[in-house]
Amino acid sequence: MGQIAAGRPVAPMLGRLVGLFETMATPHGVDRYTELIAPTVTANELRARVTDVHREVADSVTLQLRPTRQWRGFRAGQFVRVGVVVDGVRHTRCFSPCGSEHADDGRLELTVKAHPSGLVSRELLERAEPGLMVDLEQAAGEFHLPRPRPRDIVLISGGSGITPVLAMLRTLVDERHEGRVAFLHYVSRPDDLVHAGELRRLGKALGVTVAVGCTGTPGAGDVDGHFTAEHLAQAAPWVRGAQSYLCGPARMMTAVREVYDGMGIGGNLHTEAFEAAPAAPPADDDVRGTVTFSASGVDAANTGDVLLEQAEAAGLSPEYGCRMGICFSCTAVRRSGCTRNALTGKADAEPDQPIQLCINRPVGDVDIAV
Amino acid sequence: MFALLGPLGRTITRREPARRDDDARPGAVVLSREDVEEIGRELDALRAETVADLGAADRKYIYDVIKVQRGMEVAGRAAMYVPFLPPVWLAGVGALSLSKILDNMEIGHNVMHGQYDWMRERGLNSREFEWDTVCPADQWRHSHNYMHHTFTNIVGKDRDIGYGILRMDPDQRWYPHHLGNPLFAAMLMVLFEWGVMLHDLEIENVVQGKRGWADIKPLAVGWWRKAGRQVLKDYAVFPALTGPFFVTTLVGNGAANLVRNLWTFSIIFCGHFPTGVASFSEEETADESRGEWYVRQMLGSANIAGSPLFHVLSGNLSHQIEHHLFPDLPAHRYPQLAPRVEDICSRYGLPYNTGGFLRQIGSVWGKIFRFALPNALVGRPGVPTVVIERSSGAA
Ligand code: FES
Repeated sequence: MGQIAAGRPVAPMLGRLVGLFETMATPHGVDRYTELIAPTVTANELRARVTDVHREVADSVTLQLRPTRQWRGFRAGQFVRVGVVVDGVRHTRCFSPCGSEHADDGRLELTVKAHPSGLVSRELLERAEPGLMVDLEQAAGEFHLPRPRPRDIVLISGGSGITPVLAMLRTLVDERHEGRVAFLHYVSRPDDLVHAGELRRLGKALGVTVAVGCTGTPGAGDVDGHFTAEHLAQAAPWVRGAQSYLCGPARMMTAVREVYDGMGIGGNLHTEAFEAAPAAPPADDDVRGTVTFSASGVDAANTGDVLLEQAEAAGLSPEYGCRMGICFSCTAVRRSGCTRNALTGKADAEPDQPIQLCINRPVGDVDIAV
Repeated sequence: MFALLGPLGRTITRREPARRDDDARPGAVVLSREDVEEIGRELDALRAETVADLGAADRKYIYDVIKVQRGMEVAGRAAMYVPFLPPVWLAGVGALSLSKILDNMEIGHNVMHGQYDWMRERGLNSREFEWDTVCPADQWRHSHNYMHHTFTNIVGKDRDIGYGILRMDPDQRWYPHHLGNPLFAAMLMVLFEWGVMLHDLEIENVVQGKRGWADIKPLAVGWWRKAGRQVLKDYAVFPALTGPFFVTTLVGNGAANLVRNLWTFSIIFCGHFPTGVASFSEEETADESRGEWYVRQMLGSANIAGSPLFHVLSGNLSHQIEHHLFPDLPAHRYPQLAPRVEDICSRYGLPYNTGGFLRQIGSVWGKIFRFALPNALVGRPGVPTVVIERSSGAA
């Protein structure tokens, strides 16, 4: 692909055509028209269509996604942001693809574990069907296999931290990696293990050791109990010369780090914590925490006032108009933390959302891009 | 003690300082401070109830409107290829006009008010949305969302009263050039999208030398970018794409823009200028409470009665009263809210200004002609008086 009969690349012609369409579609952009007919035909926006849905264990769903042509691929270990509509509202969450970098058809595989309060994960678990369109952003994140690959590699994961690490394992197997690879994964019960068949298959590859631990069910796994130095020694006696990649819940990450530090090879351990689900909003009258105005590098103690006033008290001058929530002049992005809308009383903690500074009060620690 | 808020700015404390609240004209509606705050609470509750109910149905509604609008647009553009069948060409002009009307009113105006921001959709976000008209969205958000919606009908602050060109209120000082009021209004109607574009310029302040090039330059850059692309699209690219029919397409596109201008001007002028709508002074609205702000929005706006289709084509600005109370609630909810707002008005004896399109637009043009002349010649129109006990300044 990419060549026409005359041997000239298609891209410049396509570019000019897209330019003409953009002028015709002004001011809305071509995608605002095509999405109404064929959401997969986009000029600029990256999206993906769900092509397969597989529910292997309770509370988890595995999706195959086919991204639009803007997709630039990912490196095993990175994450993508996926936007899904729930009750009319588009919510965005980060997921790590768990497929190989070399998936032959450019598809993207996501395994989503539903948390009891997880809006997006529950929606996907309960309602995702082939044909669903989701918003997608290019892959990001520093946690990925380097190029050239290290010779020996240890992969450790717990719970839904399996996804980035499984992507690494599958990528290495696809590459017929010549060094040694060990994969240690922990779940609490055997029923929680996703991709069991795939792990068995991968474990048979040359030079690959796969061991699963069941922390809550003694005797059920290949290793017993929580992570220990012995598990590591058993699966990867050569760990000192290897690079290690770890993703899991906080307690497990601490335990693994202690073992590595104890062995004096903490520098070879690369980690990623899971993206925690937005915290439940604290109580209504709870005035505490720090307000970070991250674009100006200013921190201030939360006074309980609306953010516009707190910003001004901190010597900043964000744009504003009405100061009563009607003009949207004061909109700024809440990068993290929870705020409560003074007009509706509704609390919200979804990261990277635009909010109106004049009618929102911070609840606890909040980071605002002002 | 008490300031009297009378429609059309008849602030008794200001205009007739010798008279006090006990001299209020017979029949005046008196709102106590508690009444005003209670009205505010009722409206806040109505707002919260609606916000809590927003969801998939509202999302479907706006996307359905967008689908119809895009469909009309494509059909209108396509019909320009058959100018030799006049009925088809005319239907094309009609479709394109409707497309632009829907784009500007039910979609553009409302999306830029933040009515769909809660959906967190890139294409329908108030900070990013652009509409199919020459005025850059960011300038409009300033002149409209902020200036007009915060200072609604405050003479001297709300620049939508006459748009800096017309005399629409007896409290605006009369100058001889106001004799041209009807002519200027007619020109503004025909060229409405350009008038809207120039709104943030504050032309009268430029004429008076209060605004220099430094103020104007950033605006002009925005006009060049936005209007340039709009003109290129409607008057060069699409005509050129129809090849031999360049001229008929050009005329068709121009006609669609004109139809949209006449319609939007008419709907918008019906929102605040029919008789019975109140205006206010800066003094009497200083340090307003939320309740007082709500009451001013109700007294300063007027609705147009009509069919559901009429409401959609007006961007639901036929529910101007509800729009001014709740500018950031999805406009297709206003018809549901209207009876409850009207009920509040009737319980407190407040006027709820509504009427058919012909009546409202007739009364607007009546004002345009009337205020071409000084008050001494034509007097002041009679309007219901509402007396508000102010929360601030009360001893
Ligand atoms: S300043 Fe107008 S919405 Fe915040």
